[in-house]
Amino acid sequence: MADPMRIRANVTGDTTEVRVLMSHEMETGQRKDAAGKVIPAWHIQNVTATHNGKTVLTAQWGPAVSKNPFLSFKFKGGAKGDKVQVSWTDNKGDKRTDEAVIA
Amino acid sequence: MKSKVAVIAAVAVAGVAFAQTSTVDEIAKYRAALQDGNPAELWEARGEGIWKTARGPAKVSFERCDLGLGAGVVKGAYAQMPRYFPDADRVMDLETRLVHCMVTQQGFTLADAKKNPFGNGNAQKSDMEAVVAYVTSESRGIKMNIAASHPKEQDAYRIGERMFYFRGGSHDFSCATCHAESGKRIRLQDLPNLTEKPGAQLAYTTWPAYRVSQGELRTFQWRLFDCFRQQRFPALEFASDGSIALTMFLARNANGAAFDAPAIKR
Repeated sequence: MADPMRIRANVTGDTTEVRVLMSHEMETGQRKDAAGKVIPAWHIQNVTATHNGKTVLTAQWGPAVSKNPFLSFKFKGGAKGDKVQVSWTDNKGDKRTDEAVIA
Repeated sequence: MKSKVAVIAAVAVAGVAFAQTSTVDEIAKYRAALQDGNPAELWEARGEGIWKTARGPAKVSFERCDLGLGAGVVKGAYAQMPRYFPDADRVMDLETRLVHCMVTQQGFTLADAKKNPFGNGNAQKSDMEAVVAYVTSESRGIKMNIAASHPKEQDAYRIGERMFYFRGGSHDFSCATCHAESGKRIRLQDLPNLTEKPGAQLAYTTWPAYRVSQGELRTFQWRLFDCFRQQRFPALEFASDGSIALTMFLARNANGAAFDAPAIKR
């Protein structure tokens, strides 16, 4: 079970800025361990963000994204008290969903 | 001909100087860009959970642990550590105090409490680092105030000072070899001058920190441990009197500065 995400969402005018910090190893599959064996790839593949149930962002990620990734994006709309939900799925099928209230 | 060579040399020197300052500026910009999404927050969140969880054979949470301001009081506690604790009759830094609480309240053996102080990816997550991240984050913005009024605190400070200037090991190094002159650097890293107030304050108040190159949150005990390794000294034992004394010396020299960690470093 993965650690929770940290999600902050703030609305200014008609735009909501969402900042997400995810806890993930993001192993590229290119590295080798001390014994010379390839460390298998293990990274987030799909990211989805919804605002009150409506999808506002989808992304397909690969091994080039850093460990413990930070994602920041903006969308039109959103009001204080609305819910923003972010989910990810990694290439081992592990998933995590967290939500935050827009401030 | 001679003057032409001199001009070229002057230009070359200016070029190097420019490259240095702009590199430092660029690193500062890089840090500022990362500050917003500092993954140290992930450790802080995990540490807060651990702090409030009943753990160990005695099933007791850290909420009964006295960090010097009363049982369970976290706010501002780190800005006054290391300090003398009458119940243990010893000067302790944060990590040592956590070990003390794990042994006396949670029922861990000393060996169990002290194992795994530094994490290594998902394979070896360190609860100690997470709790330290949480506790230190509760002192952010609070001024460093190490009293060092108790005789044992003063002893620790003096021992720490001796250690800082003590030369030894295969390379005849001391902490002061790298950290007693201003404007020095190793490769692109500026070395803080820990013998002067501004350098000591900036360095101490920005640990613990998330190390981007390691993908880990690192504590002050780790910082000292790794400095010892770099000096080719014998390994610094976790939560040893020596590590506490050196922490005491560096923490007290940072008095008056607002604590600003967990930070982020390259």
